[in-house]
Amino acid sequence: MYRYDEFDHAFVAARVAEFRDQAERRLSGELTEDQFKPLRLMNGVYLQLHAYMLRIAVPYGTLSSKQLRMLAHIARTYDKGYGHFTTRQNIQFNWPALKDIPDILEELASVEMHAIQTSGNCIRNVTADHFAGAAADEVADPRPYAEILRQWSSVHPEFSYLPRKFKIAVTGAERDRAAIQTHDIGLHVKKDAGGNLGFAVYVGGGQGRTPMVAKKIRDFLPEEDLLTYTTAILRVYNLHGRRDNKYKARIKILVHETGTEELTRQVEAEFRALKAAGEDLKLPDADVRAIERYFAPPRLVERAEGWGAVAAERKADAGFDAWLRRNVTEHRHPDYASVTISLKGIGEVPGDATDAQMDAVADIAEQYAFDELRVSHEQNLILPHVARADLKAVYDALVAIGLATPNAGLVTDIIACPGLDYCALANARSISVAQEISTRFGSQDRQEEIGDLKIKISGCINACGHHHVGHIGILGVEKKGTELYQITLGGSADENTSIGEIVGRGFSAEEITNAIETVVETYLAHRTSRDEDFLAAYRRLGAAPFKEALYGTEARAA
Amino acid sequence: MKILTANRLVDGEVVWLARDRSWAEGIHVADLARDADAEARLEAIGAQAMRDNQVVDANLVDVELVNGAIVPIRLRERIRAAGPTNRRDLGKQARANVTHVAT
Repeated sequence: MYRYDEFDHAFVAARVAEFRDQAERRLSGELTEDQFKPLRLMNGVYLQLHAYMLRIAVPYGTLSSKQLRMLAHIARTYDKGYGHFTTRQNIQFNWPALKDIPDILEELASVEMHAIQTSGNCIRNVTADHFAGAAADEVADPRPYAEILRQWSSVHPEFSYLPRKFKIAVTGAERDRAAIQTHDIGLHVKKDAGGNLGFAVYVGGGQGRTPMVAKKIRDFLPEEDLLTYTTAILRVYNLHGRRDNKYKARIKILVHETGTEELTRQVEAEFRALKAAGEDLKLPDADVRAIERYFAPPRLVERAEGWGAVAAERKADAGFDAWLRRNVTEHRHPDYASVTISLKGIGEVPGDATDAQMDAVADIAEQYAFDELRVSHEQNLILPHVARADLKAVYDALVAIGLATPNAGLVTDIIACPGLDYCALANARSISVAQEISTRFGSQDRQEEIGDLKIKISGCINACGHHHVGHIGILGVEKKGTELYQITLGGSADENTSIGEIVGRGFSAEEITNAIETVVETYLAHRTSRDEDFLAAYRRLGAAPFKEALYGTEARAA
Repeated sequence: MKILTANRLVDGEVVWLARDRSWAEGIHVADLARDADAEARLEAIGAQAMRDNQVVDANLVDVELVNGAIVPIRLRERIRAAGPTNRRDLGKQARANVTHVAT
């Protein structure tokens, strides 16, 4: 993984010192809250319902064991013994005291981590496929490009005060696991007919109150033009993006209002102008290759004995067998696999991990996974490189800490934002809804009978829980002082991204789990076979049978 | 009826203006404003406390008395007063002297 150089160390240390000074000046009263707020936000410090919240960047979701142990230490020392992994591949701590945050940032810097640009109207943490560097279906590891973008965008003088926040995601595989079409810029690493690396470029995706699927504005951008083209997009956005209305300030609105064709013309014109003016940010091949070396895969020796061992062990242990089916993914090396560590225990809080669990996972990664971990945008942890011969040992170690739930991609692998239990923006709780649905569908047999199904829950229209792109999406709102949950169906965040459709009137907190069960039972009753998953069935059937099941005569009357 | 709530600057702790004009960690001692004049007095105290850098985000919230206990009308404020509904071991509800929970 990427290691800080001298410049990085000095830069982060300077930011810590700067924030320490800012926090001290705030606590002494020298700075008012109005003066301090934008400064703390630039360092990932929010004020939430119960306390401050610190959001720490996990660049493109990649962590080392040492870094995860530091997060465990912070949870234990400065917070309440747990952290919350987010849909942006970051981690949040919900209870830090402002007076302690400079010390936390200093501790983070010691393991090459920070919280810079995890908030504010700037380019946020660049996200990537959580199986990057390991996936069997990958053209190239997208993380070197994500790292190049991270370096380029860090305190970028021109792009630190954009009309609104800006999110970039990169995938290196045809199968999109990074949800690139829901980002302001989505990059799909691919090869042209000549075998040259480059990118399909998508612009203007996003969720929130106006969900939009990104538009492809370039089918193939040569690798060397990545920063020049990205600069062109950002310049067009920075110039024309709306600053008069924060709800219309994201680039998706600019794309929509300008039209894809015209926006593409403007970007291409700016791109040509940059090149003509000699402001071409052509990526030096040597630099790209140097950054790629940081992401060189570990030396994967042949471990063919794993095939026989796993076959025998799964026969003897039904739990292990289920875990292999759901949480183990094909690796590009046949003797290895990628492991999804579910942070979605039945009835548990999606994305939460205790300090003890983080420490134990760090130990497992160190012993069995080349010291490397990932955070997925689906709020799970990933061990990207595990020898098949070690899978049983990894499974047993995860069982011991309660993190071996075999539910990756199943109905209980729910994404949920913190919702009204923590978030100052939320209108309704999402965690409790996730817990109740998880408990209702907790039977392993029932989950596997249902098959692949993504439920995503947001506690407000900002959509941090990605409800718009859930196969089943749940949006919590407040109506007449009570929580109400609106269901959307048919959303997806993969290479065939779609926005879910609102199915009808909302349900109370007491009703919503029954309503979800009705939707699932309707799917089971209508699917052509077990091979037709929920999304495929919905796309074939449309909303009608689900509306009928949920609303009966009410739906027919409408 | 309204009470004045805020977050303490130094650590973000949820606090309420108490009858003795201190910022208390428990809602049960919050000073009740029963009319517009009382609300205005509380708001003025909150504004001054923000200027004095004791608290941030001071604002009035609606409450009712339930069996003599102060209970916020909105769920958001009930959760602030108690803690996360999914973690009874966290927040004020986990403290021995606070019995109120959000639901």
